[in-house]
Amino acid sequence: MTDVSAPVPVEPAPTAAPSVVDDETGWTASVRRRVEKTLPITELLPTKQPAYIGSWVYVFGVVTIAALFWLVISGVVLAFFGSAWWHVSSVGHFFNSTHFWSVQMFFIFMVLHLWGQFWGAGWRDGRAKTWMVGVVIFAISVGTAFTGYVIQQNFDSQWIAINAKDAINSIGFGGLFNALNFGQMYGLHVMLMPIGVTLLVMLHIIQVRAKGVVRPIDDPFQVAQ
Amino acid sequence: MKASKVDKKTYYRGIRMIPYDLLKEVTIAMIGVLGVVLILSAVLSSPDVPSVTLQSWSKANPVDFLTTATGELSGSTVVAGYGPPYNSQSGSVQSWGPLSPQQWAGVHVPVNAPNDFVLQPLTQATAGDADLASALTTYKAASSDQQGKWLTSYTTALGTATVAADGTVTVPSGDFGPVSLLMDRMLTLARSGGLDALLLTSDHFYQTDFSRALLFLDDGGYIADLATQQKLIGSDWGVMNETGRYPGSAWLWLYTMWYQIPPFNSDTGFLGISAANTDLAVVGVMLLLTVLLFLVPVIPGLRDIPRWIPIHKLIWRRHYAEMRRATAQKGP
Repeated sequence: MTDVSAPVPVEPAPTAAPSVVDDETGWTASVRRRVEKTLPITELLPTKQPAYIGSWVYVFGVVTIAALFWLVISGVVLAFFGSAWWHVSSVGHFFNSTHFWSVQMFFIFMVLHLWGQFWGAGWRDGRAKTWMVGVVIFAISVGTAFTGYVIQQNFDSQWIAINAKDAINSIGFGGLFNALNFGQMYGLHVMLMPIGVTLLVMLHIIQVRAKGVVRPIDDPFQVAQ
Repeated sequence: MKASKVDKKTYYRGIRMIPYDLLKEVTIAMIGVLGVVLILSAVLSSPDVPSVTLQSWSKANPVDFLTTATGELSGSTVVAGYGPPYNSQSGSVQSWGPLSPQQWAGVHVPVNAPNDFVLQPLTQATAGDADLASALTTYKAASSDQQGKWLTSYTTALGTATVAADGTVTVPSGDFGPVSLLMDRMLTLARSGGLDALLLTSDHFYQTDFSRALLFLDDGGYIADLATQQKLIGSDWGVMNETGRYPGSAWLWLYTMWYQIPPFNSDTGFLGISAANTDLAVVGVMLLLTVLLFLVPVIPGLRDIPRWIPIHKLIWRRHYAEMRRATAQKGP
């Protein structure tokens, strides 16, 4: 027997536009759904974060990106005016100085960020790929800096090139990667390697934003690993 | 459920969330870093020690230049006997047991020291110089045994050569054949700056490959002396140093460190690693360490180090204190 006195569920009147069901097919729709699921805009540009990020360790990541930004900007200016410009122009020398100190800061911050993530075991809870991409960024950055040193067109670049050649030759890469060939090093430094670092840094940021900041070690509320 | 699979709401369960302004943080970081970069650039500038040229070398130390040029002609320099990728010799080939990637890779930047560094540039400079053309003809026509005798005599004589105030090198007399004139012209060519250009010539108009000029410089003692003054040689951790008093590639400290310790710097060695193959060994160790760093998340033991050495308690000390307070308030 039906209890007629029981409340009958009532469908609430729509107060807003009905949600759109994304049932479209095709590559584009598929990629769009994947992007929306992996990194919704609220995660890409968050307005709330766990309270435990209130530590100086979390500053090193963003200042590394800031140093990279100014590194690229100063590098673009130096590339625009040509490789010899900074030797003959005081303005050029100043831009070279900003490039030089940006490199120093970039590496200091990146190494601090790397150590911070190591001691916090930042690879936990499904973040191994984020760590791995970070290590690749570090390795390529070392190579990028090296190519930068050997294209300075001064004594330092001559000495570094003729010393580094022995190490590169010893592993059989001397013919492929000739540190004495200015043209090859210049192309690698001003285009290929910076593009590689920049793209990987973008991927790294997406990985961090998509997964969120890892929880502290031995957190009692931690979900099963 | 694995932590890697849960949504963020579940993942952050029990964690206090705080307001956060990403763009504000990025903007502050950008301005802050720019400020520091501009101050350092304005106050400290950046290093720029001028490059060495064959011209500056031949003027500053003509005897060293001539000794090197004679060595190139006789094929007795490091580069002349280097091996791959420059030639098929074996003087600088490094291997570890049966592993010899340098040998396997073969010659890709061909360098024929006597021809590329001396005979070819002199041949290109013979226009209007009949004596030089004649000396070159005489030298090339002589037997290798005769060439060797002339070169040995000249090299020995260079040991007691004197340099006049105008840079003229006087070599004690001896049986040098045409070598004396060839070397005189090499010095003249270098002092004029012509040799710098001739070592860059190629089959095409544009040129950006400085391999030959740098290898020639490397064979001499002049550039190494300058590097020693700047504390840039290997035993001074030179790879990570910079000219002047500027910071260098500090991030290469670990790479540089291996060159300072046994077995990498010892003559006797250990497990086949010694000063004779130090570059191969150091690069190999660094590649291995880089792979290990890459794989830290999946290597038991390595990935547990942060748990064993609790530096994380400093990183998250406020969070842990907050947790302790929350637990104490709840009571047993």
